[in-house]
Amino acid sequence: MDNFISQKVNSISPSGIRKFFDLLSSLEGVISLGVGEPDFVTPWHIREAATSSLEKGYTMYTSNYGMLELRQELAKYLEHHYGVSYQPEREILVTVGVSEGLDLAVRAILNPGDEVIIPNPWYVSYPPCVILAGGTPVFVPTSKQNNFVLKVEDIEPLINKQTKAILISYPSNPTGAVMSREELAEIAKLAQKYNLLVISDEIYARLVYGVEHTCFASLPGVKEQTILLGGFSKAFAMTGWRIGYIAANEQLIEAMLKIHQYTMLCAPTMSQMAGIEALRSGEDDVAKMVKEYDRRRRFIVKRLNEIGLPCFEPKGAFYAFPSIEATGMSSEEFAERLLMEERVAVVPGSAFGQCGEGFVRCCYATSLANIEEALNRTERFVKGASSSL
Amino acid sequence: MNEIFEILEDNARTTPEQIATMVDMPASKVQSIIKKAEEDKTILKYKTIVNWAKLGKEEVLALIEVKVMPQRDVGFDAIAERICQFPEVYSAYLVSGTYDLAILAKGNNMHEIANFVTEKLAPLEKVQSTNTRFLLKRYKEDGEVVEPTGANKRLPLSL
Repeated sequence: MDNFISQKVNSISPSGIRKFFDLLSSLEGVISLGVGEPDFVTPWHIREAATSSLEKGYTMYTSNYGMLELRQELAKYLEHHYGVSYQPEREILVTVGVSEGLDLAVRAILNPGDEVIIPNPWYVSYPPCVILAGGTPVFVPTSKQNNFVLKVEDIEPLINKQTKAILISYPSNPTGAVMSREELAEIAKLAQKYNLLVISDEIYARLVYGVEHTCFASLPGVKEQTILLGGFSKAFAMTGWRIGYIAANEQLIEAMLKIHQYTMLCAPTMSQMAGIEALRSGEDDVAKMVKEYDRRRRFIVKRLNEIGLPCFEPKGAFYAFPSIEATGMSSEEFAERLLMEERVAVVPGSAFGQCGEGFVRCCYATSLANIEEALNRTERFVKGASSSL
Repeated sequence: MNEIFEILEDNARTTPEQIATMVDMPASKVQSIIKKAEEDKTILKYKTIVNWAKLGKEEVLALIEVKVMPQRDVGFDAIAERICQFPEVYSAYLVSGTYDLAILAKGNNMHEIANFVTEKLAPLEKVQSTNTRFLLKRYKEDGEVVEPTGANKRLPLSL
């Protein structure tokens, strides 16, 4: 069969956690901190808007760009929250989640051999998407010492004639790190200096705690070379709806629209209707969920530190990224043993790149009772492991 | 500070230490806020929401609409307080609209409620009329859906 499959696809390794997933699915009584989505169900009024749109017969294609009404709401939303203004008619494209947005972005900009700089650890789809688009991912290490923030001095040596773009994502999955306006401004200067595009995946933008999210496009002078990716999944608990958006300069949007219209046509109409409702009346829900995540965040970070898994304070997303180095195990061994011995699922940091080794990703988008029990079990596991060292 | 009560309202078994971590405050301070709230009746009491149907317990609830005559100086309060003394009264509210007091009464069977209305409530001097509606099924109680449909369908692992 192998000769039927393209070399490019063959060159990509399957997600490193598939085996782990199968193992997990075969076990009972597992508390999972291994998820990457909210535990909240989409707020009722948003679901209701979608069902009502079906009842009214909104079942046809929309504009390739997405419904104008939704794009207008998105333009208002981006202006209101981040002070960036985009023309709803030509500078916003509604996508099937940020996943599609990212794919469109790299496919629209990359020529064979073009390089994209990606912080390590990364979100799992970044390197494969770049490779599938004919580009080469180049990784810039980040570390716990710098709270997993991207540093200009680490990026600059990697830039050469082939470098086309920097792909950033803050708040970060898997680390929960955020970058301040000042830190991002340094990256913006660098992008200007070398005339690089910046693809900024801001899917977790609304989930920040005690700090403000800086939209990369809002930094002085870089809006034209920024491809802003955003979505509804995390802020409004709408992962299954598969809806997101791209905001960028008109020519870039035009290029991405070409791919989108031939491969996707448009995002699901029902989901677009839900998106309009989310933007118009979903702010209270966002605030409630953020508050709840924040409580859990404080709790899990404190407990992780208490039980000997040092964890820097993640200011965004819904992940804690503790170091498991003290246990002497690799992150994969740690995750597998913790699952088998104590029935707690976490994701090994190595799934997110070499710089994730020595860490595990713990998602706190689950009830406080679950977090508490999971951490009690993990404490028992860590104690047992260290006494047998 | 309201956050402490929000957390307790949702789950009264959350410990002061846990709350302290969640709201980023010393545990001793959380403890003293709770203690004071218990004393000054900001916290009325801690209770458990039980799905009695699961235990097969027969229980009858009735919503009783009561029209009363307000009294000089004390308005509806005096009669409402009087009605609240009856152990059958589970909750009582002054409401706007066509009647004055909405009373939720609880009993072991219909007879008990009927007895309460005819023998105790209706004969009260200031009560002009009553209208009793028996509750047939509980769908939601104190913000909790009694028999939640649709389990958690999240994948156990996703990136």
